[in-house]
Amino acid sequence: METLTTISPVFDVQSIREFFPILNRELNDKRLVYLDNAATSQKPQVVIDALSNYYSHYNANIHRGIHTLAEEATAAYESTRVTVRKFINALLPEEIIFTRGATEGINLVAYTWGRQNIHSGDEIIISGMEHHSNIVPWQILCEEKQAILKVIPVTDKGELDMEAYKNLISSKTKLVSVVHASNSLGTINPVKEIIDSAHQVGAVVMIDGAQSTVHLDIDVQQLDCDFFAFSGHKVYGPTGVGVLYGKKELLESMPPFMGGGEMIKEVTFEKTTYADLPYKYEAGTPNIADTVALKSALDFINEIGKDAIRKHENDLLKYATTQLETLPGLRIIGKAKEKVSVVSFVMQNIHPQDIGVLLDNQGIAVRTGHHCTQPLMTRFQIPGTVRASFAMYNTKEEIDKLVSGLQKAIKMLS
Amino acid sequence: MNDNRTIEQAEEEIIDAFSLFDTWEEKYEYIIDLGKKLPPLDEKYKVAENIIKGCQSTVWLVTDFADGKVFFKADSDAMIVKGLVSMLIEVLSGHTSDEILNAKLDFIREIGMMNHLAQTRSNGLLAMIKQMKNYALAYKGVNEPEKTT
Repeated sequence: METLTTISPVFDVQSIREFFPILNRELNDKRLVYLDNAATSQKPQVVIDALSNYYSHYNANIHRGIHTLAEEATAAYESTRVTVRKFINALLPEEIIFTRGATEGINLVAYTWGRQNIHSGDEIIISGMEHHSNIVPWQILCEEKQAILKVIPVTDKGELDMEAYKNLISSKTKLVSVVHASNSLGTINPVKEIIDSAHQVGAVVMIDGAQSTVHLDIDVQQLDCDFFAFSGHKVYGPTGVGVLYGKKELLESMPPFMGGGEMIKEVTFEKTTYADLPYKYEAGTPNIADTVALKSALDFINEIGKDAIRKHENDLLKYATTQLETLPGLRIIGKAKEKVSVVSFVMQNIHPQDIGVLLDNQGIAVRTGHHCTQPLMTRFQIPGTVRASFAMYNTKEEIDKLVSGLQKAIKMLS
Repeated sequence: MNDNRTIEQAEEEIIDAFSLFDTWEEKYEYIIDLGKKLPPLDEKYKVAENIIKGCQSTVWLVTDFADGKVFFKADSDAMIVKGLVSMLIEVLSGHTSDEILNAKLDFIREIGMMNHLAQTRSNGLLAMIKQMKNYALAYKGVNEPEKTT
């Protein structure tokens, strides 16, 4: 069994914790143990400072003003785009569209590319482990266009049934939209294989990177995905900003999502022409402050190093899995070979919500419920799970607290 | 339940019971115990029309109307919610529509369980209180007592 002692000496979790002021909070006189990182990650001081610094020193509307503040704000906003391009290795900065989050990114594609390209009888493939945000937009589209939604089944281990996927793919398939890493199970899906198979039949592929972007190295060119969406708040950045990556030729061929300022070239009452990428998809004054601070979050990750973070998180995942399995009546849901640092479980004869309430009283924050993946819960015939998800600042000691907290909860409930 | 206590008296008794507890563990053990003691609802009542759906846990609620009074029976798949539901039944069941509609249910705050009514809990408890009051309202003005369950 690997323990934290194997972590590379340059990665010192105690000094990393000092970057996150919220980790000093106490609940019920107990130091917060935050294990709900798959819902949202906590923010390092540099991100909080970036927000405050923006509003304190150079708040201005971007792209239009000719004054100094507008220039500074525009430069900061656009430098986040450049940082994001590098972070996911997109070819061009204009392939990076700022959104409110992964959900908006998926909806943007459904409402623009989808409406333009999906017709009656066409098929869209998603998977059985999708978040509702990667189900509902396609259902709306399918209803509108009389298209057909097909679902890749999930195995007992919590992996995608790739044989079944190969059988679903056909010349009718126009779009495949799958999650890179499952928020409920942690499963890392073989997206490269999924993308290549889809491309063989000419289908376009959207990847929901909401969970994967913080943990895995993302290279959209190597993946060759057509669209990739993620949220800022799950990568140690602010809420309310996200990214949609799209291949330039696709983004250019699609109609705009929302009309308004910023996204136009020329407006007359007869005919409006649209701005070039990426502004065509960024109507109105964008979320400047949060977008600016997103750069600080990505720089912070780069500075710590994704390899070191991943090694630490993998060690935590292994330790947590081993420790949790010692508890009688506990069953881990999602035993995929490749996982991000998410562990979901159920307790025999105990409702996940009861566990969540009793852990909360011990200062331990986990997620309980269906995690916005109701079809997946139905697949496993459970009302929901308890989910612990780990970030760079979590420790082995916190997992020990989770285990003893669970023991206490089980004792109280039985 | 079916006694002569007023709603306020029933609330007072719960507040008194909780005043003996010093720790969160004691409070929750008591609530869990109430949940365990609440007689399970007959399976035939666990149907869609009786469900008060929370985001995470489910509550089933059925009513009776007799002698001008509303009677409640309920169950939940989560034990702590069931314990809280048990207290609501203890307080509200067996009273007239007007009494139920006017009940402020301050005891929930007094015993430090207000957070369970917070929206984030999504456990159906808040929805259950609303539904109990809705039933009371529906029975209001019913001249001839009639059985509904």
